[in-house]
Amino acid sequence: MATNTQIPVADRRVPVIAPGHTFSTITEKIANIVLKRPVSLGWILGFLIVFGMLNMLAGVLGYLFLKGVGIWGINIPIGWGFAIINFVWWIGIGHAGTLISAILALLRQTWRNSINRFAEAMTLFAVMCAGTFPLAHMGRPWLFYWMFPYPNTMRYWPNFRSPLVWDVFAVSTYFTISLVFWFVGLIPDLATMRDRAENPIIRGIFGLLAMGWRGSARHWHRYETAYLLLAGLATPLVLSVHTVVSFDFAVGIVPGWHTTIFPPYFVAGAIYSGFAMVLCLAIPIRAIYGLKDFITERHLEISAKVMLATGLIVAYGYFMEGFMGWYSGNQFDSFLMWNRFHGPYKFCYAALLACNIFIPQVLWLKKFRVSTGWLWLISFIVLVGMWLERFIIIVVSLSRDFVNSSWGMYYPTKWDWMTFGGTIGLFLTGMWLFLRVLPSISIFEMRTLLPEAEVHEAAEVKP
Amino acid sequence: MSIRATDFSECGPVYGLMAEFDSAQELVTAAHKTHEEGYRKIDAYSPFPIEGLAEAIGFHKNRVPLVVLIGGLIGGLSAYALQYWVAVITYPVNIGGRPYHSWPSFIIVTFELTILFGGISSAIGMIALNGLPLPYHPVFNVPEFTKATENKFFLVVESSDPQYDSARTRSFLNGLSPRMIAEVPS
Repeated sequence: MATNTQIPVADRRVPVIAPGHTFSTITEKIANIVLKRPVSLGWILGFLIVFGMLNMLAGVLGYLFLKGVGIWGINIPIGWGFAIINFVWWIGIGHAGTLISAILALLRQTWRNSINRFAEAMTLFAVMCAGTFPLAHMGRPWLFYWMFPYPNTMRYWPNFRSPLVWDVFAVSTYFTISLVFWFVGLIPDLATMRDRAENPIIRGIFGLLAMGWRGSARHWHRYETAYLLLAGLATPLVLSVHTVVSFDFAVGIVPGWHTTIFPPYFVAGAIYSGFAMVLCLAIPIRAIYGLKDFITERHLEISAKVMLATGLIVAYGYFMEGFMGWYSGNQFDSFLMWNRFHGPYKFCYAALLACNIFIPQVLWLKKFRVSTGWLWLISFIVLVGMWLERFIIIVVSLSRDFVNSSWGMYYPTKWDWMTFGGTIGLFLTGMWLFLRVLPSISIFEMRTLLPEAEVHEAAEVKP
Repeated sequence: MSIRATDFSECGPVYGLMAEFDSAQELVTAAHKTHEEGYRKIDAYSPFPIEGLAEAIGFHKNRVPLVVLIGGLIGGLSAYALQYWVAVITYPVNIGGRPYHSWPSFIIVTFELTILFGGISSAIGMIALNGLPLPYHPVFNVPEFTKATENKFFLVVESSDPQYDSARTRSFLNGLSPRMIAEVPS
């Protein structure tokens, strides 16, 4: 009797799901985090802190709208400052979520099934944080709808040749598609929650969201097609979003921006920081919520390897910038490189190289890839490094451009820092609530990982 | 017409007969046999997608890809048309004598809106073709059916099937050795 369950070579190491689980135990374990687990004091305290930070964001933005962007450290020549640094940083973090949910789905990397749900939630909240900054930076954010093409009494239309308009379309499409993808992925699990909830109100809410999903074979068939097509559409989308963000820079003529390497280098950097954020969240979550059976060492190790690989692409980008500074023979480009190493922001550049290139090289050693403490620390360092990268790109380039008379310095004010901290509050508040109100791991996709889920088309059924 | 005196007979009109199975493998085999027996109004329910199950109950017409294609085309074409109309016809801006119809600049918004419309039509198309949202469905009347979203597998032969006969269908389903058989009140 030929049992068809040969395990692929790659799966012989630490499994993606701990042995001994059945359909019921998976369902129970994930659903009970939402339905049964009591609210702990630690959760409440943590929530008060992150919710406090979110309220700080509301306060800071209120003051900003009252006084104008002058409360920030921006000036001419450095008109972008923290707003655009943080925008690019947050958008980049979101990219890992889409990569995990879409690209790895197309590549049939089944290990993604246990981290895609919360990585997608991370994407949504990160894009919300990102979107806050350009809106706040507008000066008159209540007129944000002027960015969209609509018939108006001013008889004005957006300039579709501008990368800033492309950005509006790229980011809003990205958010919408991420939301749709996330919700479609949730539908079968919402039905599971509906069928398990004992409280009638909670059952009603989940029932409403599940829309009457009943797991019919016809429905699953269309569902899988739709999910695959969404993954196929989201894959070029996620690559395009940071490409378009990089066009905001690359289409300009400022030294250090006007370069063709920006799109791939931005996308790699985005995935780099995104996986760092995934690890920063996954390591504590799996420990606190007892999900080590589903988010195993193997997930952490693979994520660390992705970080290492994308980090090397980023390192190549830095190297190429230096090389082109010399090879182009352009005095402004070579001055930019000199300025990065010796100018007023040289410590930021040194920290950037340490955080993004040198320190993460320890991930070559397995010891650091499987030790949760080290991995968390390295991921955090990468997040700091990627933030510094955007700081260097924006501030260093703008502070020393072509003419000495237009040179300037940028120092963030407390309002800059508080806005940044506030968006971290927005992000963490979202994650805090998400973990308690929705299944944070895709239950139905986890079921398909069990050997019992496999169906062998025996010869008898073939006509 | 006389109704057989079973526990379920007082429930009024009947939606069909439901058989419960323990594994995905059993459900696929049972679905194949039921379809071979000539039943066409059948449906199978499972807690996760099972490869080959839709084919086993004779479902082949999947129009989701067509919906997505149409949605994506509408998105892309309308985005390009809008940009052309704005940049060439209604609001032309002469920048250093460059052509109004500067198509390379229009690619990005065209691309993004293709994805946007395609993605939204994929989700809405799937939900609509599945007939959702559906506030009421008879299968939920069977108490065991809550396990359909956890660990149990169900096969339903609907009473609207021309071959359906309460007694004969029941004995046929019994032959598939299910865990239990229940009549689904409609």
